[in-house]
Order: sequence, then structure tokens, then C-alpha cells
Amino acid sequence: MSQIFLRPFNIYSKLSIVVTAVLVGGLSIIVFGMSWTGYVTGQGVTRDQPIQFSHAHHVGSMGIDCRYCHSTVEESAFANIPPTKTCMNCHAQIWTNAPILEPVRASFRDNRPLQWWRIHDLPDFVYFNHSIHVNKGVGCATCHGQVDRMPLLYQEASLQMRWCLDCHRNPAKYVRPRDQVFNMNWEPPADDPGLGERLVKEYKIMDVRQLTSCSTCHR
Amino acid sequence: MDPKPATYEPPPLIAPGHSFASVTDKIAAIVLSGRQPMGWFIGVTIGFAITMVLMGALTYLLIKGTGIWGINIPVGWGFAIINFVWWIGIGHAGTLISAILLLLKQGWRTSINRFAEAMTLFAVMCAGVFPLIHTGRPWLAAYWLFPYPSSMSIWPQFRSPLIWDVFAVSTYFTVSLLFWYVGLIPDLATLRDRAKRRSLQIIYGVFALGWRGSVKHWDRYEQAYLLLAGLATPLVLSVHTVVSFDFAIGIVPGWHTTIFPPYFVAGAIYDGFAMVLTLAIPLRWMYGLQDFITLRHLENMAKVTLVTGLIVGYGYLMEAFFGWYSANTYEGFMIWNRMTGPYWPMYWVLVFCNIITPQWLWFRRVRTTPGLLFCVAMVVNIGMWLERFVIVVTSLHRDFLPSAWGMYHGTIWDWATFIGTLGLFVTLFFLFIRVLPMISIFEMRTLVPEAKVQGAEGH
Repeated sequence: MSQIFLRPFNIYSKLSIVVTAVLVGGLSIIVFGMSWTGYVTGQGVTRDQPIQFSHAHHVGSMGIDCRYCHSTVEESAFANIPPTKTCMNCHAQIWTNAPILEPVRASFRDNRPLQWWRIHDLPDFVYFNHSIHVNKGVGCATCHGQVDRMPLLYQEASLQMRWCLDCHRNPAKYVRPRDQVFNMNWEPPADDPGLGERLVKEYKIMDVRQLTSCSTCHR
Repeated sequence: MDPKPATYEPPPLIAPGHSFASVTDKIAAIVLSGRQPMGWFIGVTIGFAITMVLMGALTYLLIKGTGIWGINIPVGWGFAIINFVWWIGIGHAGTLISAILLLLKQGWRTSINRFAEAMTLFAVMCAGVFPLIHTGRPWLAAYWLFPYPSSMSIWPQFRSPLIWDVFAVSTYFTVSLLFWYVGLIPDLATLRDRAKRRSLQIIYGVFALGWRGSVKHWDRYEQAYLLLAGLATPLVLSVHTVVSFDFAIGIVPGWHTTIFPPYFVAGAIYDGFAMVLTLAIPLRWMYGLQDFITLRHLENMAKVTLVTGLIVGYGYLMEAFFGWYSANTYEGFMIWNRMTGPYWPMYWVLVFCNIITPQWLWFRRVRTTPGLLFCVAMVVNIGMWLERFVIVVTSLHRDFLPSAWGMYHGTIWDWATFIGTLGLFVTLFFLFIRVLPMISIFEMRTLVPEAKVQGAEGH
């Protein structure tokens, strides 16, 4: 019987161990690595909205307050998407014939709401309430980024659980005075490092053990 | 020292008249001749058809979710855990035979260890189906249990027995697989050398890892095999101990008892040996292997079944005793409800299957009559499934608050999934018989008279 495997095959059989290790390792790095990218989390991804609405223009240049449109953010879990009427408050007067605004006028005429793409979409198994965050001194920009500089809105944060926990485990690092919540440009004062700790006490923010309890967010 | 009077000479482990060549020819031919008995085709056909039922049930589960099953409050654990524990238990006999009996130098393990180990692997695979699918959303089930670098920055709950289970079962599968494969290497080389077709020579050759049968090879093989046996031995005890913790760590009456670990381990070996008998008896008949799997093998396995069955019986007795002796209202109610409540037929059938039926094994006549032995083993298999059903369901369906009481029945999808894993098991087993030697060729060769070195006394 002739030899089935010739001598050079020895090197292949030894190499196969290394190749398998590299393949398995590489594949798991790719799979786990993928879950950190915008493909999975949606971070940094802009979408084609029905209208090229620019937060940079409305907030940054015109100086409109967040609550003019998202009026329920202080009282309810959901920061509402404004009805077309809110747009028409101004756009019945200015840019009344601009072609870019035709979908808004059509929506108003036909009494049919605009269908926006949701940018910040938490999983259904997460309970999230805007009002508690806003009232305990978490600024809009802390989670949503400086939307006054976003011509098209995108998701600034990863919205991964580790990102939520980053603040829930150490809220003092992120809270700000209540009157600064809607300020897009607020920076923690460099000369007052104890501010966060004081605010956590003053606003009676829950103990970290409660903030990181499973059922605080997964109810 | 005076030689002991020869009081009892056990029958040989291999029928007389065999030589090195006849053993190798007989076992290798099953794989290489390409001819299979009719029973093989019938078995594969039925097994494969039932596997398709499993595929259908799993597909529907992934579409609909666990709502298609019978589970609800208060019985949130149903067929998935019952079947998981049953299958994992079945696997234990393979590890016991391969590891503990090897270390104890029990020669009769030789002709049954290979397919018992294969049975272990396939049983653990069938068991593994259930934890994977029990949420109906397998892609969401993994991240609670594996400490992989997740994006959540939390660890799994290491204080939960469910995560111990993951480690216990995956270790068990890995060690069993290695043990089985290392033991196969010399036989794979035999098949490589005997195969006529080039493709078979290459396939068996790759898996034989260049085995040439040199003294160095054998020396390393013996060391590796012994080490793996040492590693696998504690697993026989630890795996089902950890599985029993899934229950015993909870505060549910009927689960929260210290007797659970030993009682579960004994039950696992009991059921495992019953399953080895269930497989061995038709196999030796189908392939005419009565020379290799002799009546002595069957009798020994029957004895292990009897002993472990008695331990399990003691466990049932103690459960009932503790229900009374603890003077705990809930424990007492639980055991009384088990015996006389809505699931009473289950309990008494289980007592019949697991305590009364194995008493037949006291009789040598039964132990050495394959047909009868097969029937007893089948009854034990059913009984051990019922045992897990009774433990899971009777404890849960009567909650602490009577307002939460309810009933549990498996739906057609529960049954389709369970029966389906039986089909998967049968299919995998028949495929194994077809492509690998189901009895260890080289170890059988050590049993023939030629292997006894003449004149070397007391080596």
C-alpha cells in the first residue's frame, strides 16, 4: 500500500492547530467587535427623514428651547414628537412656499402626521422615563449630545447598557443644576469639583444600589 | 501465601475461539464492508423522521415563542427542564463506564465503553437543546449565562446554580468528547489501514492523527487516557450534583432538600445504565455481537442498575420521611399532595417503574435473559422521566398561596420537542455505528487468549 500522507503533511497538521485557533479567535473578535459598532447600536448613524429637519438651525441658530417642541419632556416618560401644528406656528408665516417644507404643509392639509424615523430607540424591555432624568438634573445634551450642532440628528451615545450603567453607577459625574438642564453648552465648573456630589444629595438621587437594581430599568 | 481455592470463576469477557484477527475483522467489517442489517435502515429512517418533527417543533417555537408550550404561572418550569435533566442523567453511565470502571480496572467495561461514551455525547447534545431553546429566543438566552466580553458591563449572576450548570455541563461535554476521541485514535488508524477506498483512507487518516502504533505512541496514549479518566471521574458525581442544585438552592417545598445531590447522581447512573442496556441488547442482536457483549456484561450492568435503583428508592423513602419528620406544613402538604393530589397517577407509576420493577433484577434468570432485561430497562427509562416530571410539576403547581394554584400539562408542541430529541438521539447513534467502530477493537484484542503472556506470573 502506498503512503497516504507524505512527509510535508506533518507541517500542515501542525499548522492546522494554529489556523484553527486564529480562526476561532478572529471570528469571535469580529462577532463581539461588531456589537460595539454603529451597525448594531445605531450610534452616529443619520437617516433620511421625511424632511431635512436641522436641529443645528432651529436650536443652534434660532435659539428655540427644547421644550417648545418636545413639550412633555418634564412631565411624562416620553419626550413627544411635536405635532405638525407646532411646525405651522412659524411656518404659516415664514418660508410658506419653500419646496422643502411641502411635506409639512401636506401633513397639515390632509391632517395626517409626519412619519419620522426614530433615532433614539431603546429596546422594549427597558423602562425609561424622561421626566425623572430631567427633574434630577440630567441635561438633554448629556445623552443626546449637542443637538444644536447637528444638521441631521443622529444618535450620539451607544445606548448600550454599559453606557446607562456608567451614569447609574456614578451619577455625581453627570448631573447638573436643574436650571442648566436645557442648556446645550453647559460644562461642569472647573473650580467646584464637589458640585456633583452636592447635587446628588440635594436632588435626593437614589442610592447606587437602587439605581443599578435590575428592576429599576427592567420592570 | 497459599493460593485461594478457586470458588468462583466468572465467565470470560469474550466468547472462546477468538483471535486478534477475528476480533479486528468482525468489528471493522461493520464499518468498512458497507453492508448494514435491515434494522439499521429501519432505525435511521424512523430516527430521521422523528428528528424532522423536532425541527418542525423548534421552527414553530422560534416563530411563536414559548406560548406554544404548556408552561404558565405557577408552573413556569415544564418539559424543557424535565427533558434536560433526564437526558443529562442518561449521559452519566457512559462517563462512569469509561472513567471509573477504567480506574477500577474492571475488564468488562471494554466492549461497552465506546458506544456508552457515544451515548453520553449524544445524550448531552439532546439535553443541550433545551437550555438553548427554553426562552424561545435563543439569541437572547446566551448572555445571561456566559461571561463573555459583553456590552452591558455586568457579570452573569455567579451565585445562581443555573450558571454553575452551564459550566458543569460544558465541561462534562468537553471532557467526554476528548475521552471518546482519544480512545478512538488507535481504532481510527486500524480503519485507515484497512480501508480500500482512497477517500476513506484520507478521512480516517486525518482523524487518526498519524498514529503508527509505536511504543512511544502507546506510552503517551496510556498516560493521556489515564489522565482523562482522572479528570472525568469527579464529573460523574459533580454534574448531576450541580443539576440538582438548580432545584435544591430554591426554597420550593420538595426541592429544598440536602438529599438531592446524591439522590440525583444515583438516579442519573440508574437511568444511564438502563439506557446502555436499552441500546446494547438490540445492538448485539442486530449485529450478532453476542461474542463480545456477553451475558456477563448484561448481568453486570443489570447489577449496577439494581444497586443504583435501590439508592433511588431510598431517596423516595427519605423524601416521604422528611415530609413527616420535618413537621413543616408545606413539606408535609407537598409530599401528601404528590401521593394523593391531582398528579397521583404519575407518582405511583413512577414508584412502580423505579422501585418495584428493578426488583426483578435480583433474579439471575432475569439478568441473563436479554428480552426481559430490555423490558425492565425500558420501564426504568420511563420511570426516571416521570420522576423528573413529578419533582418539577408537583412542587410548583401548588404554590404557597392557594389563589395561585394551577395545573400543568404538556401541549402537543412539548411532546413533539421531547419525542423529537429521542429521534435526534437515535439518528446520531445509528450514524455513529455506521462510521465508527462501536466496540473498541484494540481493547478487545487485549481480552483474547493470545494477549496473555505465557509464563509471566504475577506481573
